[in-house]
Amino acid sequence: MSTPALVTAGSAAPDHVPVTPRNLPNRGGPANPSAERIRLRFSAAHVRTEVVWGETTVYIQPASALEVVRYLHDDDAEQYDYLADVTAVEYRDLELPVQVVWHLRSIPYRRFLRLKAELARTAPLRVPSVWPVFKGADWLERECYDMFGILFEGHPDLRRILMWEQYQEGYPLRKDFPLRGRFSRSEQLRQALAAQPETRYSMHELSIADAFEDLPAEMRQRLARGQRPGE
Amino acid sequence: MVNIVPPSQEGWITTRLDLLVNWARANSLWPMPFGTACCAIEFMASAASKFDLARFGMERMSFSPRQADVLICAGRVPFKLAPVLRRIWQQMPQPKWSISMGACASSGGMFDNYAVVQGIDTIIPVDVYVPGCPPRPEGLLYGILMLQEKVKRERLSDNRLRDEMEPDPSSKLYIPPPVIDELSEPFGNSVHQTRSGL
Repeated sequence: MSTPALVTAGSAAPDHVPVTPRNLPNRGGPANPSAERIRLRFSAAHVRTEVVWGETTVYIQPASALEVVRYLHDDDAEQYDYLADVTAVEYRDLELPVQVVWHLRSIPYRRFLRLKAELARTAPLRVPSVWPVFKGADWLERECYDMFGILFEGHPDLRRILMWEQYQEGYPLRKDFPLRGRFSRSEQLRQALAAQPETRYSMHELSIADAFEDLPAEMRQRLARGQRPGE
Repeated sequence: MVNIVPPSQEGWITTRLDLLVNWARANSLWPMPFGTACCAIEFMASAASKFDLARFGMERMSFSPRQADVLICAGRVPFKLAPVLRRIWQQMPQPKWSISMGACASSGGMFDNYAVVQGIDTIIPVDVYVPGCPPRPEGLLYGILMLQEKVKRERLSDNRLRDEMEPDPSSKLYIPPPVIDELSEPFGNSVHQTRSGL
């Protein structure tokens, strides 16, 4: 395993001195230069650019999310090397689309960019996974799928992460989800208690991870046969 | 006929067996801390030097349920953790007691939502409830003293006390489902939050 390269904040733009911004306007103001380059390079995918409180948001077509993120990550003039968050926004107004949000940060350039893709409610909520570029998107996208039901296409292992895998009540952060859940309290409790704690955090999760290779051979054989610990 | 005549009265004491056993049990309760939230911070404070749980025979925290006497559930329990708590309770040997510490463990507290168990008494039997959000260490100590009082009043001849409660095989619950539904009905501000309106 190679030693990761040390990234110094601001190393790509040594002349730029960071200052705390003051008197920011609510809307407008200077946009992140990456937004304009996205507009020129991906003219078909670019929808619009907004600047809110000095932070730039670029709206893109959902289908091209992966290529835009790949460009932002790979291009020498961008170097967005840190994916801070992947999440979604659903508005109470059913007319408004569901938004998927990526928070990207370029440490060498000291830049922050927010990407948004709007998904119409008429079709299944699908968006390409950025996992091929950022491996750290794995759990973020699983959480987003768990809470909002957004399908990240190309994700290697899109399963629930916070709620348990047998959870049947839907996607808790959607606006049509009742706060107390869809089932009665006793039914929720019955379903929760029916699960075996040992199989919950099962070796199945280990068996798909790289750690599987490091397990003792006897344990791997037992897991391959489908045996779970504690049974 | 055997006549036992002690050479002197020294070193002999006569008492009720109940009193002796319960005195020993009550003053050497080993707690199993099950801390999931901010109540566990107060619980740690109770065990630390200022409040000193050890004064009441709880010198040793037992981080294994097999060597524990009293389960102290400090904090909210989500449904995902419910089978874990049940399993830990079942792993504890008799005699065993449990304390539900704080509003969340006792009733779900402010978390009247899809993810949180509305009171751990729907999962395991509870001896003492300590109210508070979170309770101060004095509150927990008072709850522990109440538990000691309860232990001291137990009868050895009462076998039912030590019976392991078996959950209903079909529902896996100790309490009938309609009772749980009724007990976990929304109250207070929660009644306005049960449906999303959509």
